[in-house]
Amino acid sequence: MKKAFIRGVGNTRFGRLEGQNALDLMAQAAKAALASANVVRAEIDGVLCGYATTMPHLMLANLFCERFSLRPSYAHGMAAGGATGAAMLMLARELVQSGRCRNVLVVAGENRLSGQTRDSSIQTLAQVGHADFEVPNGASVPAYYGLMASRYMHEANVTSEDLAEFAVLMRQNARRHPDSHLTQEISIADVLASKPIAEPLHLLDCCPISDGAMALVVSAEPGSGVRIKMVGAGQAHFHQHLTALRDVMDTGAAAASKIAFKEAGLTTKDIDYLGVYDSFTITLLMLLEEVGFAPRGHAAERVRQGDFSQHGALPLNTHGGLLSFGHCGVAGGMAHTVEAYRQFAGQAGPRQVKTPTHAYIHADGGVMSSHVSLLLSCEG
Amino acid sequence: MTSNEHANVSLAQPYVEGLTEHLLRYQHCESCTGAQTFAHDACQFCGAETLSWRTSSGRGRVHAVTVVARAPSDYFRSLAPYTLVVVTLDEGARVMGHATAGIQIGQAVIATFFKHLDQTLVRFEPHP
Repeated sequence: MKKAFIRGVGNTRFGRLEGQNALDLMAQAAKAALASANVVRAEIDGVLCGYATTMPHLMLANLFCERFSLRPSYAHGMAAGGATGAAMLMLARELVQSGRCRNVLVVAGENRLSGQTRDSSIQTLAQVGHADFEVPNGASVPAYYGLMASRYMHEANVTSEDLAEFAVLMRQNARRHPDSHLTQEISIADVLASKPIAEPLHLLDCCPISDGAMALVVSAEPGSGVRIKMVGAGQAHFHQHLTALRDVMDTGAAAASKIAFKEAGLTTKDIDYLGVYDSFTITLLMLLEEVGFAPRGHAAERVRQGDFSQHGALPLNTHGGLLSFGHCGVAGGMAHTVEAYRQFAGQAGPRQVKTPTHAYIHADGGVMSSHVSLLLSCEG
Repeated sequence: MTSNEHANVSLAQPYVEGLTEHLLRYQHCESCTGAQTFAHDACQFCGAETLSWRTSSGRGRVHAVTVVARAPSDYFRSLAPYTLVVVTLDEGARVMGHATAGIQIGQAVIATFFKHLDQTLVRFEPHP
């Protein structure tokens, strides 16, 4: 079986980017990724595109390829909610390992903030809830996460102050990245005093809605410089809707990670960089604890000890995550891997951590519904 | 016009219709006796297709609770802020509904029903 490497990455700024549609943004990120990977268009033989709610096209990959002047031998769109980016990277790896493709462009972007009316955004987000059993109650996306948070906090003895630690950490990180959406400094007190959205979640426990795009090239060749090998991947899908989440302590995150760790021959102890999905503070805390990067109810303690900080033992989302770098749908969930690449490659500027050896990436879609784990290692 | 007038008859129709009759229905597996959360084509636990609809006692315990401060649409704006819960019914199925403000996880509750505009919704109230 062939090896698969992350060969290059690219992104747009996140935030309000007026006047650019999904394809405009995707093209910018893709162009930057090709330059970073040092590959030309003719070398791209696989293209995977994440869905864009502002451009719900039947065949977004073809639409993008035509415009961007690519003629791949393998291309299609994908949808797994917030886990789409990681799922595309997993598939890109499989395509390269099998020999089907040599250079797969993985790209997503959308103008989710500026390109969407309130009505269509409500309609799209309503799909996160069950049409017959949940949505008729007036449940919102934050409500599903608020319900989940209430149960987890009850079972694992987690406080609102614990959740706030993650909002503050992500903001501190985002302030070191020139492309972040939110950069105003915040404190624990600010998070707790911010507007209640869906108890126990406050406004600053929730990610913003952004415009932006991300792209990566997964290749059979590492390119020049650092060799970032994709050494493991796993998925788990236990439910779609919050009410059907049977056990808040076993959402599928651990199951997905176990497959990835087994494949890579690694354990959580080997990991020295984390890129973990953080649509809400509760998402990030639960994923860290379920996968095993902190004991139950103790993830916030590790933040307070500085373990997840830039120069801590296990730096986490040094770009600022969805909570502060921003969230524009699929691309928001790809930013964690793009940042991991830059940390491996020594390209993270003022955010640079001690060069990682093994990175763990986790993304989830829905309400902890679709899980994808990825393991990246710096080879030789 | 009800929201279902133009829709195909959904798998969840017995649940939706039950609400208008102030009945809380759930699917029961004749094979393994498992109570289903939502409506399914096959049992969530054993995979058997022998599912039938039953009526719940309406009693259960609060599994999760939130207070929605910002309604997701104009339709619900007049209700906000409102308390939403997931309740584990005594029969075993989980169901989402409104609830009395201040309700706590673990509290025993019983389903009541209320009309909001053209819909009948569940409201769980404390039940000693």
